[in-house]
Amino acid sequence: MTDRTLAVVSAGLRVPSSTRLLADQLAQATAAELDRRGVPVRTELVELRDHGHDVVNNLLAGFPSEALRRALDTVAGADGLIVVTPIFNASYSGLFKSFFDVLGDDALVDRPVLIGATGGTARHSLALEHALRPMFSYLRAVVMPTSVFAAPEDWAGGSAQGTLRGRIDRAARELAEQVGRREPAEAADPFRLTTTFDQLLAGD
Amino acid sequence: MQFGIFSVGDVTTDPTNGREPSEAERIKAMVSIALKAEEVGLDVFATGEHHNPPFVPSSPTTMLGFVAARTSKLLLSTATTLITTNDPVKIAEDYAMLQHLADGRVDLMMGRGNTGPVYPWFGQDIRNGIPLAINNYDLLRRLWREDVVDWEGKFRTPLQSFTSTPRPLDGIPPFVWHGSIRSPEIAEQAAYYGDGFFANHIFWPKEHTQRMVGLYRQRFEYYGHGSADRAIVGLGGQVFMRRNSQDAVAEFRPYFDNAPVYGHGPSLEEFTRETPLTVGSPQQVIDRTLGFRDYVGDYQRQLFLVDHAGLPLKTVLEQLDILGEEVVPVLRREFAAKRPAHVPDAPTHASMKARRDAEATAETEAGAAR
Repeated sequence: MTDRTLAVVSAGLRVPSSTRLLADQLAQATAAELDRRGVPVRTELVELRDHGHDVVNNLLAGFPSEALRRALDTVAGADGLIVVTPIFNASYSGLFKSFFDVLGDDALVDRPVLIGATGGTARHSLALEHALRPMFSYLRAVVMPTSVFAAPEDWAGGSAQGTLRGRIDRAARELAEQVGRREPAEAADPFRLTTTFDQLLAGD
Repeated sequence: MQFGIFSVGDVTTDPTNGREPSEAERIKAMVSIALKAEEVGLDVFATGEHHNPPFVPSSPTTMLGFVAARTSKLLLSTATTLITTNDPVKIAEDYAMLQHLADGRVDLMMGRGNTGPVYPWFGQDIRNGIPLAINNYDLLRRLWREDVVDWEGKFRTPLQSFTSTPRPLDGIPPFVWHGSIRSPEIAEQAAYYGDGFFANHIFWPKEHTQRMVGLYRQRFEYYGHGSADRAIVGLGGQVFMRRNSQDAVAEFRPYFDNAPVYGHGPSLEEFTRETPLTVGSPQQVIDRTLGFRDYVGDYQRQLFLVDHAGLPLKTVLEQLDILGEEVVPVLRREFAAKRPAHVPDAPTHASMKARRDAEATAETEAGAAR
């Protein structure tokens, strides 16, 4: 069986970052679940902080730098996505949004996506449902029913087997299930012709 | 191989002194640049077409007609003619007229235009960009090739017994290129008709150009116009040169940093690495340009962008001197040496006429022999 790839997109800005910590835990849980199901998987991390300038340059110049292109290709070619952003002003961070803005709106069609977020208070948790979920629905991705929000109390008071752990494992099972039941992903080719010339002439 | 320049026709403030040319100055500067192109031995001048500020060239055939009257060898072209928002009837008439005035020194490059609000000013909708480009061009071809046209389509009023005048010079329509950065439909269109394909090439990584030209060549062969390496390919390029490359970089940097298309984005160094922009010595421009052949194959036309981003006219004319004296003669020689004999030149009015006359003679002789 061909190796599947999980792309893990983390939009955390600090080092170390709680966003990255959540992303890693989601990735490990998903990989373990796929492993349990006998699906070999490779995990590729995309730290958006490393591409901050390039993302803005792509918005301005219209094309990605070499390094950003590799990151975009990783995401566009992955069998499953784990995306985690800090919540800023009740929504995803601008860098997180801009990265998916330059990715292109066909890249994630039918791709299973697990959405996660971190924030300074649990009161931000529904940003996952009113900001991230609609954006990935717009991109026609398949968003897992369980989204995972980690608030300070999850890191501070929670035990290793606490409620956050339970949500991570449930989301990981959902993502593993979706990745496992699909054919290996193929990145969309923007230069592929989808109509015949006769259809073009007919104005279709 | 043809070498020339293409101009966007932007009115941009010179970032080094805050001076903005008037429209009159910019229009006259474009003419000076075109005349200089002929003087220094370049083959082609192509003007953009735009219908919104900060651009001046809204009426390409007016400008090209004026240039035609003051030149004798220069081939006059466009980069691009908006096949989407112009009425194909008017394109057929305007460029046939220009052909007659310029003694056939005319070809065109079709493009779509990417600014949404421009389309409705001409009664169109950018969402129909590709179908407009395909359908309008199909009508344009018929208007040039058939004396009387009956036509009905989606995007303009029907035509009954319409004759576009004047008829093309010697009955030979201008050669047409199709320009596109990343729409495979346009490469397909160029291949379908056996027309030329022009890759803008500048502002984008070379992979775009490589994919689009590859697609065009493959489909050109598929449609039976000849082997893929006989397809007619043009490329854009963007250069700034001084004797010492450090001087070129220092002088061009403020223009780059504030340029309308990519200013305030990637650094000059990143942009020169990732796109065909070359800022340096004439030899660096020669080496980089010769390298284009490595990923598009032998090609027929190279146009350079030299007059944008607020560069003063004097500087642009100096660039043309360097191109004409030091760069293009070497490129001509080197490209010619590398090119296999079966790869054709880009068609011109003279070559298309010679070919048609030869075919007619051969037919007459064959008829006489029967």
